[in-house]
Amino acid sequence: MMHPVRKQRLILVAAIVVVSSLVAVLVGVAMKEYANLFYSVSKIVSGEAPRGKSIRAGGCVVPGSVVKSKDVLLTTFDISDGVAKLKVSYSSILPDLFSEGEAAVVTGVVGENGELTASEVLAKHDENYTPPEVAESVKNTDKHQVACEGMKYDS
Amino acid sequence: MNWQWLHRFGSPKWFYEKTGLWVVALGLCSITLLVVGAVWGLGFAPEDAKQGNSYRIIYIHVPAAVISMAGYYIMAIAGGVGLIWRTKLSFIVMRAAAPIGAWLTFAALFTGAVWGKPTWGTWWVWDARITSMLILLFLYLGVIALQQAFQHQDSADKTSAILALVGMVNVPIIYKSVEWWTTLHQPASIKFTQKSTIDPSMLYPLMIMFVAFYAFYFWCLLRSARAEILRREQKTAWVGEILMKGSR
Repeated sequence: MMHPVRKQRLILVAAIVVVSSLVAVLVGVAMKEYANLFYSVSKIVSGEAPRGKSIRAGGCVVPGSVVKSKDVLLTTFDISDGVAKLKVSYSSILPDLFSEGEAAVVTGVVGENGELTASEVLAKHDENYTPPEVAESVKNTDKHQVACEGMKYDS
Repeated sequence: MNWQWLHRFGSPKWFYEKTGLWVVALGLCSITLLVVGAVWGLGFAPEDAKQGNSYRIIYIHVPAAVISMAGYYIMAIAGGVGLIWRTKLSFIVMRAAAPIGAWLTFAALFTGAVWGKPTWGTWWVWDARITSMLILLFLYLGVIALQQAFQHQDSADKTSAILALVGMVNVPIIYKSVEWWTTLHQPASIKFTQKSTIDPSMLYPLMIMFVAFYAFYFWCLLRSARAEILRREQKTAWVGEILMKGSR
């Protein structure tokens, strides 16, 4: 038998853990949207994301859409979540892992023309770790990320 | 159920006498495995198809991050046992676990930043995973601070145990953050229910590093707990004997 005093303390300790967890869950549910790092492209296109305010968008860089300006440091590309597409322009240096068919997270303001002028472009790495030889031998020959694999860009 | 065993195990003297050899064994084990894992992971594992060599930070980053979270449970559960049974040893373990956990959390954040700069293009982003890891660091620092903030050890122990218990909810949040919210941080590569998305040739040295970090963690925890036992029990006869022997 557990000593009644200790039993009481056990209940108190359990209550501390349960109540603090409940508070955290409620706070988490209340700020579910705010804790997201980025909006999906379709949410931006459909107007669910705020306009004229700096936001983050995440998606896959549409293959063939990356255009680098010849005279100034300016890159334009489309990102897609498989449902909608968003045009992005960026005038700074891109991270090493940025490339077509890979995931990216861009920060910027969506203008009147529906284009996003980015102040920051980040490359998102996925959970795949493979040696080069293995990567070449698997079916996914263009080595695109799982998140961007089999994505339909022609929507 | 008879709870007598808990009180015997919770006796600092009994613990100190039983763990002397464990310290040596864990120390040897962790150093050997750390060397083997680091040489294999940094020198012999193949490079990653996309990231090249920078992925090798995984051999420090992932074990440090995982054990900083597991270590939080050790600290909080020790605190909870201390609050219920008032065993001396559990508060000693709680106090010893805090700085080790804080250093591991810092190591995970630091190595992540070093890797993030070339890979993502930024060393810091306020996404759910990284922010919740920062909160973990603050929780550890809070327990360390509360331990120092009281005149009486008893008040310090009880207060920091409550903080440790309240912060427990953060650990599953860190773990699941990459699934519950959109983050820049990638999801876990080692999966329990399906095939892991890390190649076996890279996974084996990582597994060794996991065991090495766990051995290292318990080595540090034991050493630090034993030192704390001597500090708290310094007025007792058995510690006096040990100190006399040591000074000769």
